Amino acid sequence: MKIGVLSIQGAVTEHLKHLELCGVEAVAVNNAENLSAVSGLVIPGGESTTIGKLIAVSGLKNPIKERAKNESLAVFGTCAGMVLMARDITDGIDGQPKLELMDIRVKRNAFGRQRESFETELKFNLFDQPLTGVFIRSPIVTEVGPGVKILAAIPEGIVAARQKNLLSTSFHPELTGDIRVHHYFVEMCKGI
Amino acid sequence: MKEQGTFRVKKGMAQMQKGGVIMDVTTVEQAQIAENAGAVAVMALERVPADIRAAGGVARMADPVMIEKIMEAVTIPVMAKVRIGHFSEAQIMEVLGVDYIDESEVLTPADEQYHINKHLFKIPFVCGARDLGEALRRISEGAAMIRTKGEPGTGNVVEAVRHMRKVMDQIRQVIGKAEDELVVLAKEMGVSVDLLQEVKKEKRLPVVNFAAGGIASPADAALMMQLGSDGVFVGSGIFKAKNPQKVAEAIVKATMNYNDPKLLAEVSKGLGEAMPGLEMSTLTEADRMQERGA
Repeated sequence: MKIGVLSIQGAVTEHLKHLELCGVEAVAVNNAENLSAVSGLVIPGGESTTIGKLIAVSGLKNPIKERAKNESLAVFGTCAGMVLMARDITDGIDGQPKLELMDIRVKRNAFGRQRESFETELKFNLFDQPLTGVFIRSPIVTEVGPGVKILAAIPEGIVAARQKNLLSTSFHPELTGDIRVHHYFVEMCKGI
Repeated sequence: MKEQGTFRVKKGMAQMQKGGVIMDVTTVEQAQIAENAGAVAVMALERVPADIRAAGGVARMADPVMIEKIMEAVTIPVMAKVRIGHFSEAQIMEVLGVDYIDESEVLTPADEQYHINKHLFKIPFVCGARDLGEALRRISEGAAMIRTKGEPGTGNVVEAVRHMRKVMDQIRQVIGKAEDELVVLAKEMGVSVDLLQEVKKEKRLPVVNFAAGGIASPADAALMMQLGSDGVFVGSGIFKAKNPQKVAEAIVKATMNYNDPKLLAEVSKGLGEAMPGLEMSTLTEADRMQERGA
């Protein structure tokens, strides 16, 4: 099974390494052709405005939307990836590009500027042991639709959620040595 | 418990910028053009390097009013420059809340011996380097991101190429060295053995490494990416060009598709007049900004 990492901008190699540690073949995806070969796609952290703008140009937007919708592709977005997956965005720019995959509303840069970026231990509902969440100018989920399961929350709000074949986190599991979240996503991909 | 300003959080910020273009801007309008063109961050300054070069005199940090205006105008990260060793300017930038500080040779150095102790700040720093030793010394002072120095404000990529090739060549040498040889190399470079061991293990710099200093065209950006840069800074190259918006968009596309010559040909078409460049041999010793703060 192949899992792709959207390779437009951002923390691409970090996700590729984590997926390889989970024992799957990980490939960079930057066009419709290599997208067609993967069962799952990670949308990495980066700048959501930049990635979103370039997704449209690369011809990847429609195939991602289509396959996510008919559940033939599992998608995992971290940070900017979460923003791009959200149906609604608070504090986006005019014409903020989005994929509108998940029934959630997110607030961009919810914790403030880089000075306020942080790491913290948090409880991920599916794991016995806590994990370290690294939050870098991160978004937060402020509303969820009926089909969305909350996987992690901190006092400020929801930071991880799943809806069927879709997973998103505000934080960056690819920046720690912990591969449990990626492993969970690999299991989701196996169900595709 | 929340922990702010850890090295992982600072370094992680730069990791999120990889594959992107960071653009120098001097006004709110330019910042918006940069954001709309797909820049991953903007560098707010009063004058682009080409104008700093032309003006001469002492170049200092920008007016906080101007930086705050740009911070309000865009949602992407905003960086600002401080003079080498001028930790008081850096403290001011931290209060303003800029997302990244560039301890930059483009401004007139405030300290000829010491750089800022960057570990003391919650905000990440980027510093320039011409070789591996310089890069690792900046990292040991707390830099969370490195860029080539190149020769700023010239529109001439030759020095950035020299610096990137040098760093990559030295990384390859480190990978090939035995453990005991690293001890001697560490001494020669004035860096810790630990850092060299990390380079050997990761086969790269321990932090993100961008190209900067003289990048003026989409092809320049693609060249630097093919040489191993994680992303590019474009200083004077965009807003000194005749058609900034078009050049900005073209450089963003070229940086992300650096391995696709067909696309590079497409985005290079009809960009209008580029910034006028400077030949290195016309620069006197005093004109060379890259010699500042080694």
